[in-house]
Amino acid sequence: MKKLGIAVALVLVIASVWGLLKTTPSEPKIQKLVLTGSSTVAPLAAEIGKRFESLHSHVRVDVQTGGSSRGISDARTELADIGMASRALKEDEKDLLSFTVALDGISVILNKANPVEALNKQQIIDIYTGKIVNWKDVGGNDAPITVVNKAEGRSTLELFLHYFGLKNTDVKPQVIIGDNQQGIKTVVGNPDAIGYVSVGTAEYEAGQGVVIKLLPLEGIAASVENVRNRSFPLSRPLNLVTRGKPVGLAKTFIEFAGSPQVNDLIEVQYFVPAPR
Amino acid sequence: MSKNGLATLLIWLTAALVSGVFVWLLSDIIIHGLPKLSGAFLVEAPKNAGRSGGIAPIIVSTGLILLVAMATAAPLGLATAVLLSEFTRHDSVFSRLVRRSLDVLAGVPSIVFGLFGNAFFCIYLGLGFSILSGGLTLACMVLPLLIRTAEEGLRSAPNDYRLAAAALGMSRSTALLHLLLPAATPAIAAGLMLGIGRAGAETAALIFTSGYVDRMPDSLFDSGRALSVHIYDLSMNVAGGDANAYTSALVLIILLLIINSIAMGLAKQWSVIAV
Amino acid sequence: MSLPRVDRQLAALLRGCALLVAAIVLLILLFLVKESWPVLRHVALTRFVTDASWHPVQGLYKLTPMLSATLYSTLGAVLLAAPLGVASALFSRYYAPPLLAGCYRRLIELLAGIPSVVYGFWGLTTLAPIIGRLHPPGVSLLTGILVLTLMILPTVALTVDAALAAVPIAYVRGAAALGLSRWGLISGVALPTARSGIAAGIMLAAGRAVGETMAVLMVAGNVVQQPHSVFDSVRTLTANIALEMAYATGDHRAALFVSGLALMAMLLVLVGAAELVGRERHHV
Repeated sequence: MKKLGIAVALVLVIASVWGLLKTTPSEPKIQKLVLTGSSTVAPLAAEIGKRFESLHSHVRVDVQTGGSSRGISDARTELADIGMASRALKEDEKDLLSFTVALDGISVILNKANPVEALNKQQIIDIYTGKIVNWKDVGGNDAPITVVNKAEGRSTLELFLHYFGLKNTDVKPQVIIGDNQQGIKTVVGNPDAIGYVSVGTAEYEAGQGVVIKLLPLEGIAASVENVRNRSFPLSRPLNLVTRGKPVGLAKTFIEFAGSPQVNDLIEVQYFVPAPR
Repeated sequence: MSKNGLATLLIWLTAALVSGVFVWLLSDIIIHGLPKLSGAFLVEAPKNAGRSGGIAPIIVSTGLILLVAMATAAPLGLATAVLLSEFTRHDSVFSRLVRRSLDVLAGVPSIVFGLFGNAFFCIYLGLGFSILSGGLTLACMVLPLLIRTAEEGLRSAPNDYRLAAAALGMSRSTALLHLLLPAATPAIAAGLMLGIGRAGAETAALIFTSGYVDRMPDSLFDSGRALSVHIYDLSMNVAGGDANAYTSALVLIILLLIINSIAMGLAKQWSVIAV
Repeated sequence: MSLPRVDRQLAALLRGCALLVAAIVLLILLFLVKESWPVLRHVALTRFVTDASWHPVQGLYKLTPMLSATLYSTLGAVLLAAPLGVASALFSRYYAPPLLAGCYRRLIELLAGIPSVVYGFWGLTTLAPIIGRLHPPGVSLLTGILVLTLMILPTVALTVDAALAAVPIAYVRGAAALGLSRWGLISGVALPTARSGIAAGIMLAAGRAVGETMAVLMVAGNVVQQPHSVFDSVRTLTANIALEMAYATGDHRAALFVSGLALMAMLLVLVGAAELVGRERHHV
């Protein structure tokens, strides 16, 4: 009797797992759109995706984060329907098409307790290459500088290096971080740290009373406002990338992401809507 | 001071230090996490990249991942445990081979499981970023734990059972089903609970297998974000996500605490060494 | 002695399951090699040692600083956690009054269940700033060691506790009858008897420390360098994978699978060592 009971239970378990597995194939009307790439774009794309789903009940938008290069390679191999990249396409990536959804800047950040108010381009280069190792050399306290750099593969790193004309092998960091928040937490926890993160993220955190400050670049204040009016020098487009002209669902989604209907979502993430 | 007195002092100091640090850690999480903890937090979907709203879909995804992991690992693990304790001699080549590979498997770092799961389940088997991939990866991870506890449980069943069954002319299968497995049930259940606890705390193996999608999953082929991945993402990638990260951490700790208490209770009953 | 047919069938089924389980390890190794092959094919193994640095995007693949970071952080954590864990177990078994011992054991069990991201999160926001005040940058080998210590301490404490519980009560009574002091009893009787259990617990904890990823990623600073002091930031092999995997393509991705292979090699050495230690025990 007991044997029978166990056998029945086993069959039930297998059947229910099988049933769960089978739910997708048996509902062909659900369409799935997969986006992969930049962790800067991902939270925004996820929010746009949610609104898109609410307008198209048969669509599921899956957003997976990675880096811009991952987004580009996934779009190229069509592993993803749409790639996300937080930078413009490079020369050797012109086989793809990009659609700018929003703009973002990259800002150098310091702890609020640090008396230094501005650094010029050369000083930042010298700090990142280890030629200046103490804040007193740039008018600050007598304290060693903690250089915070980004990990390989991040487009924030590429843009930062490109703007300052550096190679990553030249940079002498004391800390390497992954995502924006880790950078901000590191600078918050260390009054002598210098780092760089997305302007939007930094401005949001500073506005929440987090003890960081954004340094001006070439005399222009790092703010979402200056990214909007294009005066901030270190800014970047947040792009959706496809291989070939988008069709069908991908086309509808990209058009939606480029329309004013998502402006509020972009503003909430502290980015700037791209000029339409 | 005598050696004895010094030892007493040092040991009390250690206990005070360890408790102190841990009370500090726990109170930190409770102080930051408790204000946002509410019924609504548990039943709402995350909003605004997780800064506001709740964690309902994430709890569901976590549950499904654990279900897949346990539904796969439990039968496999039980079968292996029964084989090791009842059907092979302890020193046979086959048993040694299986044991050796289990020892290695038990030590494989979770991030390596993540690499493997990504390469094998997601890409090679084409399951993609999905709850299924994540669950199967975790199943590989908890197998050694399940097998060890189940085997201990079976071994602790009195040998009289086996002898009596043999004397009555029962087949080993019958003896197993009617005598040994029921006797080992608490240990097996404790092992399952420990496995769930271990799997539920896992982050590294899931980031590259079950993915980041924080929507309510429709099927096991959907990507689903586990609670620990949610905490990681909120604290490292979402500006202003700390408050919800603390609250999610509190929820996760409470869930794991409940699961572990059940496991420890069961284990104590059967005096299985449970770590 | 021949088994009934049903038993033979069952045995065959079970054997199949066990083989499948045993094959998982091989499958993992196979896929690690398969995925690292693109880079192993055209990059000599020695370059993972002799390259100038780890800049995989620029084709530089030096892994050794991360190998030593993993070793140092594991060693440091084990050196701290082993005495603390053993002392914790002694406390709850021989020193604390029963009620307090129960509470203390519950606390340790609770800690064993806290997920590593939570330790990492706490380490980054609370511990790192304190260490940073002592000596910048704050996220460092030391912070990594301390957080790892907290994480593996419960493992040591609980296994040692179990090993002490298995010390025959007659030994303890005998020692007491001889008029040994409490410490005399512990150092002369209890610890030597539980020796192999304690060693196994420490091995288990070391395995955890080697494999720990998220917490170390959050608190150790992640700079690929040979540390000159405990205040330097380091990157472990596990953190390397978690930090770059999502962002890696092509050779870079393959090089991360090589990190995974290096971890597996370390693990095999550790399991071999545990084997030697555990040889005197009935089974590991």
